[in-house]
Amino acid sequence: MQVIINGEVHDLEGQILLSELLERLDLKPGRIAIERNLEIVPKANWASTTISDGDRIEIVHFVGGG
Amino acid sequence: MQDTFVVAGTSFSSRLIIGSGKYPTHAGMKAAHEASGAQMVTVAVRRVNLNRSEESLLDYIDPARYRLLPNTAGCYDAAEAIRTAHLAREALGTPWIKLEVIGDEKTLFPDNGATLEAARILVKEGFIVMPYVGDDLIVARRLIDAGVAAVMPLAAPIGSGLGIQNFTSLRILREQIREVPLIVDAGVGTASDAVQAMELGFDAVLMNTAIALAQDPVRMAEAMRLGIEAGRKAFLAGRIARKLYASASSPVEGLIG
Repeated sequence: MQVIINGEVHDLEGQILLSELLERLDLKPGRIAIERNLEIVPKANWASTTISDGDRIEIVHFVGGG
Repeated sequence: MQDTFVVAGTSFSSRLIIGSGKYPTHAGMKAAHEASGAQMVTVAVRRVNLNRSEESLLDYIDPARYRLLPNTAGCYDAAEAIRTAHLAREALGTPWIKLEVIGDEKTLFPDNGATLEAARILVKEGFIVMPYVGDDLIVARRLIDAGVAAVMPLAAPIGSGLGIQNFTSLRILREQIREVPLIVDAGVGTASDAVQAMELGFDAVLMNTAIALAQDPVRMAEAMRLGIEAGRKAFLAGRIARKLYASASSPVEGLIG
């Protein structure tokens, strides 16, 4: 299936949980936030949220700003 | 009595709010933050770069020492700003937000109408909203009616370093607004600008570029700290009236004959 993560198309095989996706992307779970199809997925639900074909995922963190 | 500055029930002894953008290095930023004495630091919300690992900015900002103030910089409408605020709250667990809705790319002037629209919604959702706005009294009053925690007018375009370009408007804002803290946000270039903002009676100054892009950010951060303190003390002390002609400081009586 194909999902769009931060604007880029990614091909993923099989069923995958959001928490597993983060591991595959080598992302540490601290102080990031995730949107799936414009809705925030609370951290507590990462391990129970299954990614579906066509999902649009946004993963954000903090950078320098004024 | 300590001269504290209070936003939404939280007291700050420093009246300098500092940014985290544009620093050459994270370590340099951390040193400048320390030198500034600031207790509140702004940060921006952006996509994680999936193609390369990056050092985490937040590893260089101690949450025990600084109140993190995420911003909605780069948003051009209310919906985007609200979305960004939600992400920031989720990631940090803080309802504090520096609301910024830009209306024009060249000037980065705020879209005051969209800012008001977003502020109304975010306040209802429980956010502590600190909006960057123009220096318009009526917009400021509407924002206060909406329940914002502070009003943060610009003094000059963001990152311009021009110093205060709107003294009259800022003075009117200061005279007319007492309900919430008034913070100069944007336009400061050097320490004397910070002094002037504080001498006008503003409660605090938010700055980023003036420190981050100074040749020596740590030294400039210290200069800004001192400027903020000097301006605040001068404001509290009450300056003398301006007069056109001289008034001798030494007595006229007893001059030798």
